[in-house]
Amino acid sequence: MSIYINKDTKVIVQGITGSTALFHTKQMLEYGTKIVAGVTPGKGGTEVEGVPVFNTVEDAVKATGANVSVIYVPAPFAADAILEAVDADLDMTICITEHIPVLDMVNVRRYMEGKKTRLVGPNCPGVITADECKIGIMPGYINTKGHVGVVSRSGTLTYEAVLQLTDAGIGQSTSVGIGGDPVNGTNFIDVLKEFNDDPDTYAAVMIGEIGGTAEEEAAEWIKANMTKPVIGFIGGQTAPEGKRMGHAGAIISGGQGTAEGKIKAMEAAGMKVAATPSVIGETLIEAIKEAGIYDSCKTH
Amino acid sequence: MNIHEYQGKQLLRQYGVAVSNGIVAFSPDEAVKAAKELGSSVIVVKAQIHAGGRGKAGGVKIAKNLDEVREYAKELLGKVLVTHQTGPEGKEIKRLLIEEGSDIKKEYYVGLVLDRSTSRVTLMGSEEGGMDIEEVAANSPEKLFYEEIDPVVGLTGFQARRMAFNMNIPAKLVNKAAKFMLGLYQVYKEKDASIVEINPLVVTTDDDVLALDAKFNFDGNALYRHKDILEMRDYDEEDPKEIEASKYDLSYISLDGNIGCMVNGAGLAMATMDTISYYGGSPANFLDVGGGATAEKVTEAFKIILSDKNVKGIFVNIFGGIMKCDIIAEGVIIAAKELGLVVPLVVRLEGTNVELGKKLLNESGLNIVAADSMADGAQKIVNLVG
Repeated sequence: MSIYINKDTKVIVQGITGSTALFHTKQMLEYGTKIVAGVTPGKGGTEVEGVPVFNTVEDAVKATGANVSVIYVPAPFAADAILEAVDADLDMTICITEHIPVLDMVNVRRYMEGKKTRLVGPNCPGVITADECKIGIMPGYINTKGHVGVVSRSGTLTYEAVLQLTDAGIGQSTSVGIGGDPVNGTNFIDVLKEFNDDPDTYAAVMIGEIGGTAEEEAAEWIKANMTKPVIGFIGGQTAPEGKRMGHAGAIISGGQGTAEGKIKAMEAAGMKVAATPSVIGETLIEAIKEAGIYDSCKTH
Repeated sequence: MNIHEYQGKQLLRQYGVAVSNGIVAFSPDEAVKAAKELGSSVIVVKAQIHAGGRGKAGGVKIAKNLDEVREYAKELLGKVLVTHQTGPEGKEIKRLLIEEGSDIKKEYYVGLVLDRSTSRVTLMGSEEGGMDIEEVAANSPEKLFYEEIDPVVGLTGFQARRMAFNMNIPAKLVNKAAKFMLGLYQVYKEKDASIVEINPLVVTTDDDVLALDAKFNFDGNALYRHKDILEMRDYDEEDPKEIEASKYDLSYISLDGNIGCMVNGAGLAMATMDTISYYGGSPANFLDVGGGATAEKVTEAFKIILSDKNVKGIFVNIFGGIMKCDIIAEGVIIAAKELGLVVPLVVRLEGTNVELGKKLLNESGLNIVAADSMADGAQKIVNLVG
């Protein structure tokens, strides 16, 4: 078991003929992801990497029965690509594209109300269920199949955490990058709920960063609902106030969204918090040892 | 991206939102000419810098005649203004807004901002104008009102009126205030603003409702569709290194330390700064080379880091996903050869095409210290810088 995606997931790549999409389509196919279709308007009827290309998501779904899409469309057109995926009633769409105007995302979120599709991202590395299905841009080789779920606002920090777990012999169930934008489709709580309900996930790592209050809200939720150990890390502990640290969402303003406040909230929820990103793996191991599940999490 | 008060007021005027009459001036002569044109008995001379708190810092002067206008303009232009938002180094005043004085009856606050928890734009308003709104939120939250805006219909008339009544705007002026707010939302939406603050919004003795100040911040990701806003960018207000970086789509922020950082991904870049600090070092910058970096971009990133005279060592920390390690390696090698490697360089590579990247660095003949992990790299660069 895992969350969101597995070996049966059938994937559409939106914007498949772009250079980034092509590179990562190859990588995903090599990993074993079932990529059944690509979409590029005007390129319908052609084929890339052995994958048939369609003009619309709707056509691709009709022809292949795909249930998830991944979006590599350039920022000015990415919001429209999300709307198209939602309109096609996909189970999930994962938007890798960064730099989407925030008011475009406000409209997207409004359009999604009452619709079936879950959006992950934008500005995210994607979702991976180790050894089964990799959707996005993360390097595949660092992931090992196992029982720890990872959820993160940052792409590269997710890789950092996953590599540490793998090196320590702790495999992962599913890793989800929710993205660094202020308006996104899936938040920490959405993913933690899935981890809580997934019998194959025994513990979780949550990686947040400065800005907003998503980590504080997640900590509250964990305290009230989570039955499995969760450890945390917050990036940007040394970031100065008022400076936007790359991610549109990562800014401390008016004393809100500080690393200090987030760490306090997580500790108050009984979570162990890694002091530096280099000890995320160690911190998780401490937590699962305390919970008496270290042996069942150990994969080799 | 930020703009000046006078530019914000120009925008508001375009949308029919009431502001006082005013003209920008770059010299005392222009200031006097502007004051003559306005022909008002009281003239306000306002320093234009990208920071709040100008009034308290002495950047706003009230002139009763043209001689005083000239005097204040001379005094302010070229002066370094230090406010609670500029930092101790302050900002040099290069532009003035010469404005007609208003007879103020009462000051209010209105603002538009994205509420991340609802993913909606929210109108905020308070009768506690002219104060720091964060203070109002902390000390008298019952005096701060919110209206969540549905993007399908935008800010509605009834919401704007409800806000005006909540703010205790005199009943006969509620429609004027509502019209003001509706116009404000129109600007926000059509120009992809991320923050608009009118502090204070004033009611005058002539029963006008107008913006006495205007603070705008725009969504950098949407500037591609607003050439008019981009033209308002004032490069004098920004760090030259940050301007250079933005030309190459690099996300760069200057900091006070001496260890230059080049990282991919904003989260990892922040965590790298944290790790350097944890081991007793001090980062000179935040630099995210992003996902789609080319060797050329990496070279430019290197040049920008090295143009900071405080930099005594560089730590390159890359975990390739969308970014390929060989591209980074190529860029580092070109830059190091072109610029001459004068400071210690520690490189940690992991992720997509990592073997190829490491091979390129090893065969380059450059004096590069390899690191196995972020912690290892951070410790090595902190030790090398000393």
